[in-house]
Amino acid sequence: MLTIKNLHASINGKEILRGIDLTVNAGEVHAIMGPNGSGKSTLSAVLTGNPLFTVTQGEVFFNGKNLLEMKPEDRSREGIFLSFQYPVEIPGVSMANFMRTAINAHRAYKGLEPISASDFLKLMREKKELVELDSKLASRSVNEGFSGGEKKRNEIFQMAMLEPKLSILDETDSGLDIDALRIVAEGVNKLKRDDNACVVITHYQRLLDYIKPDIVHVLYKGKIVRTAGAELALELEERGYEWIKQQVDEE
Amino acid sequence: MSTEKTYIELYQQFSHAIQKPCAPLLNAPRDAAMDAFIRMGFPSSSLEDYMYTDLSSAFAVDYGLNINRLSIPASPNDVFRCDVPGITSWVYFVVNDSFYIAPHQPALPEGVIVCGLNEAAEKYPDLLKKYYNQLAPNGEVATVAFNTAFAQDGFFMYVPKSVTLAKPIQLVDIMRSDVDFMANSRNLIIIEEGAKAQFLECAHTADGVQFLSNRVTEVFVGENATFDYYSLENTHNKTTNIASLYLRQATSSNVLVNEIVLHNGLTRNDVKIDLQGEYCQTMLCGMAIGDKAEHIDNATLLIHAKPHCQSRELYKYVLDDSSVGAFSGKILVAKDAQKTEAMLTNRNLCVTPTAKMKTKPQLEIYADDVKCSHGATIGQLDETALFYMRTRGLSEADAKLLLMYAFMADVIDNIRIDVLQERIRNLVEKRFRGELSKCTGCVVCK
Ligand SMILES: Nc1ncnc2c1ncn2[C@@H]1O[C@H](COP(=O)(O)OP(=O)(O)OP(=O)(O)O)[C@@H](O)[C@H]1O
Ligand SMILES: [Mg+2]
Repeated sequence: MLTIKNLHASINGKEILRGIDLTVNAGEVHAIMGPNGSGKSTLSAVLTGNPLFTVTQGEVFFNGKNLLEMKPEDRSREGIFLSFQYPVEIPGVSMANFMRTAINAHRAYKGLEPISASDFLKLMREKKELVELDSKLASRSVNEGFSGGEKKRNEIFQMAMLEPKLSILDETDSGLDIDALRIVAEGVNKLKRDDNACVVITHYQRLLDYIKPDIVHVLYKGKIVRTAGAELALELEERGYEWIKQQVDEE
Repeated sequence: MSTEKTYIELYQQFSHAIQKPCAPLLNAPRDAAMDAFIRMGFPSSSLEDYMYTDLSSAFAVDYGLNINRLSIPASPNDVFRCDVPGITSWVYFVVNDSFYIAPHQPALPEGVIVCGLNEAAEKYPDLLKKYYNQLAPNGEVATVAFNTAFAQDGFFMYVPKSVTLAKPIQLVDIMRSDVDFMANSRNLIIIEEGAKAQFLECAHTADGVQFLSNRVTEVFVGENATFDYYSLENTHNKTTNIASLYLRQATSSNVLVNEIVLHNGLTRNDVKIDLQGEYCQTMLCGMAIGDKAEHIDNATLLIHAKPHCQSRELYKYVLDDSSVGAFSGKILVAKDAQKTEAMLTNRNLCVTPTAKMKTKPQLEIYADDVKCSHGATIGQLDETALFYMRTRGLSEADAKLLLMYAFMADVIDNIRIDVLQERIRNLVEKRFRGELSKCTGCVVCK
């Protein structure tokens, strides 16, 4: 589904990603872990086409298409979704209006008619229930005045609305209380299918207790330095990153 | 002074023709106003109040004037489809400066008068004597003096004591001519003690020639009265629209002014609101949407003369392409006006690097026990929000549209007529979508 080869990216001339190789197949759940500032969010920003970052080398293919040539909106319409580490507040734009415009853009891309008002309301209701999102939140401006946890839940709500093929969850667990974590994780699991995939960026095992990764990567200084099974996350939880940093810095 | 000379000579030469069709009350202040105009000349950008908008060059065009009041071929209903249909039961037209009543109007409540200004001056001399030309600052503002000298007709509305108008009154101003044309029409509105009225004035252009409309409106709002004044400009790019509103509020009155410039050429809106009684409430707001080379200048003055009044002022601009916006807003709190609450806000979005906005909010406070604030911002669209929206599949254009629209939302929220609010929402959205990049029914704008 997703193939990243030797990806280098920089911001303001400073190189952040320094040769990433990663393949994600349909049906898989990948976890990306790594110390603060190692480039995890940068990777998700580059994959979604954030104009702040410049790709200097490498290539990314998504279902056979050259992702790096696509506009951010087309990447979304092709099925890429990012749950932001820091969701953006948009005062004055209602969630409903935002989601209707998004859904209709996705539909137009597939050559479909705009969604009817009643179907849209039904869809909203259904997906709100999935992540147990408070109805009041859905009638407010996008993320405006939402608590940290509400923002994260709202990201998964949007994911549920758009049904992406590849979801990248950037620290969706941060800011969530224990109950919210379970609800959000269950939501993600309910959306899991054989034909979609998920990349979970996290610092903690507790999210991975719910969303079981097939493969765990460690990103450090802009490179994937370790890749293993779910047991790697447990080991990191126990031992921290120092030992990996040391090994890598010695190499 | 060559531009002025043409008009001064015109005035002197046709003085008799100007006065002939008019009631004595309209003629009385002409000569003094002309003298004031001669002293001042058209305002150029060398004057502080016109720093951003040079009006003298706008008058340099060789406009025709209809001093002899030849009737206009075509009835307003034929040339015009209104942007906000169906919101009112009472619709009136001023074509250039001539008053028309739309057909099939229901009767007005007892005592309410709506007619042409000249007709009012003939029929209700007592009212006119008391109110006409009482607020217009002929000695200070050249375009107002010019209007007073040349004005022959316009709109008159009188709502007597304690009468409530159940529906808004709508006035549709249309500029209509086969040659480049100027009109100086004049409005007078009197809302007596305890009366309630809502008024909507739309400005339009019906032909592809150059127009200059120099309109002066005087409004008196009595004690405990409530008055809404909405203006909506949708004119073509070859229009110069100078609209000057002078409004006086008496004790405990409640006034909302909302001036919306949707599409235009060169616009200068002056608003002066004088709070001459205690416990007045005033909401003054406006929005401007500019693109191409459109130019919108709002100059406002709010005077807190008496204690215990509250005012809020909010103007917003969204400027695209090479459009130019200017805002100067002044709040003056007199020495006696203790316990004044006044808030002045101007926020602007420049969508392109070539769009220009100039803003000058001012507070001048002589009282010591007041709560006043002012603020102005000029910004661009929020790139982070744009990217976020695009990651959800919205095109860049749709994302921008939602942001621009959201930016204007609070000005639209300040419309106290539900159907009008809905309609303006719709028009603003269309405007941002580019579907209204021409004024409705337009032949001029590209
Ligand atoms: N806009 C920016 N300007 C300059 N440097 C930036 C910018 N955004 C990110 N960086 C730098 O890029 C590096 C990687 O940041 P990134 O956000 O990708 O890290 P991360 O792995 O997601 O960290 P965390 O676990 O704290 O979320 C950091 O050194 C950061 O300071
Ligand atoms: Mg991060």
